[in-house]
Amino acid sequence: MNGLLKDYRKHKYLYYMIFPVVLYYFVFHYVPMYGALIAFKDFRIAEGFINSPWVGFKHFISFFDSYYFWRLLKNTLILNLYMLVFSFPAPIIFALLINEIVGSRFKRVVQTVTYLPHFISLIVVCGMITQFLARDGIMTDLLVWLGMDRQVLLAHPQYFRAIYVISDIWQGVGWGSIIYLAAIMGINPELYEASRMDGANRWRQIFHITLPGITPIIVILFILKIGNMLDVGFEKIILLYNPNTYVTADVISTFVYRKGLQSFEFSYATAIGVFQAVINFILLIAANRFSKQISENSLW
Amino acid sequence: MMSSLHTIRKSKGEHIFHGMNTLFMTAMIVITLYPFIYVVFSSVSDSRLLLAQTGILWAPLGFTLDAYTMVFKNPNIVSGYLNTLFIVGMGTILNLVMTSLGAYVLSRKGVAWTRHIMLWIILTMFFSGGLIPMYLLVNNWLHLGNTLFALIVPGLISTWNLIILRTSFAAIPESLIESARIDGAQDLTILLRVVIPLSLPVMAVMVLFYGVGHWNSWFGAMIYLRDRELFPLQLILREILIQNNTNYMAGNASAEDVEAVGESIKYATIIVATLPILFVYPFLQKYFVKGVMIGSIKE
Repeated sequence: MNGLLKDYRKHKYLYYMIFPVVLYYFVFHYVPMYGALIAFKDFRIAEGFINSPWVGFKHFISFFDSYYFWRLLKNTLILNLYMLVFSFPAPIIFALLINEIVGSRFKRVVQTVTYLPHFISLIVVCGMITQFLARDGIMTDLLVWLGMDRQVLLAHPQYFRAIYVISDIWQGVGWGSIIYLAAIMGINPELYEASRMDGANRWRQIFHITLPGITPIIVILFILKIGNMLDVGFEKIILLYNPNTYVTADVISTFVYRKGLQSFEFSYATAIGVFQAVINFILLIAANRFSKQISENSLW
Repeated sequence: MMSSLHTIRKSKGEHIFHGMNTLFMTAMIVITLYPFIYVVFSSVSDSRLLLAQTGILWAPLGFTLDAYTMVFKNPNIVSGYLNTLFIVGMGTILNLVMTSLGAYVLSRKGVAWTRHIMLWIILTMFFSGGLIPMYLLVNNWLHLGNTLFALIVPGLISTWNLIILRTSFAAIPESLIESARIDGAQDLTILLRVVIPLSLPVMAVMVLFYGVGHWNSWFGAMIYLRDRELFPLQLILREILIQNNTNYMAGNASAEDVEAVGESIKYATIIVATLPILFVYPFLQKYFVKGVMIGSIKE
């Protein structure tokens, strides 16, 4: 207690300055965590938090038994798989290619242009997607020219994942490459010179110097992605899906949204949210441990 | 084997690769830009010609600013713009204040508890209560529902941005801080007179990240706001673009007028909502790449 008082006197203003920050995190990040306890209750607004009865795991069991559980899990995992296989590597490859551009002015133009879509709002991007894929939209015209029947792709569940992933790459590949380019620039140039003297061509250099050099950041970002798996893509899916495509598009987060904020089944939706958080946490730990074993890189 | 003293001659394979790479990058530029170009062309085109045409547009079809006139006459667009400007302005200022305070304190060396607090903060990146508890907190327990502050307060600090700013503040030489202290400055003064002026590029990055984040956000508005007069621009946009709600856009115009400009209205709305971003982007672009790199490399 004495030490605290002495510290306070020495750093008085730091205490004042950090107070609003700590208050913010407490109210808007830790209180909701406590609020997640309503997953174990039959929460009713009228009765409030304290008076709503405890029901244990009832909502969890109800979710696991629900008609949609396997479909939601499957859709969430498959969408994630597509993202990890296509969306995740795209900025890495793009960064490697940008790094190979010879003219510095052209390089800057490419970067400036490709970063742009990241700053466009999701509503606008999905608006463009909806317009371009409409019955007479430009993208539909192009696909018809390539032999497809004229149809509204967004109305058919089998195309949803492709539309989602491709548009995600379009919007994110430029911006995503920044962090990898930063890492590439951090690689010691002497390594390249030394390899030149050993006769390595550019390909060899990429595989044996550049890639290993950025592997740490790749691993960290990959582990973080895995730790968010069950939350995949929720705002964009809400903007693009419709009841016709629920069968492939509906994921756990969108189901939580509908159950919680449209049907107002608060406890049920919160329980699913808790389920997501727990699984995400397990995946995070597992991915981190696995990565520690096969390489020296990990998040912690 | 080539001697390293000679100029290194590129092999034929490398030449082909560079050629293909240049082609690929050019294609990327086209693929990135063309959708915007198409939207711009369509927004000034005659709607009837648009509907009749298929395929790529090389130029606007006809030229008319009718779509834009209708967009600006729409009272929802105007109120949407005003609401968004308020949210971006007020929100970004509060974001900067909170994040700077946090970044400054947490970057001070020799203060034992800063590490502790940092850990608790980073923990929030991995755990959260979820959508529903947050909704109940903001709407029911804090009574922020149906106010613009529901869109600003829950997101006051982005932990990601806090980390970037903290790294940047920590890089400022301790000697400068010390000499300010010797001159009698307290921490707040040091933050305002020494640390921030030396961190302007990163602060520009913060303005960009938070500002664009506010400009583009819509989901909070969708779940917390009930009065149409409070809707930010993106939410109005959503009604027009995604839910195809161009009916009420009529305002004072007749039904035929609205139908005639129907298609190009959507495109004009996209441009009107995105123009500020497109304006600001080139100016701040040179700062943020540097800022992101500072944040990521030193971590």
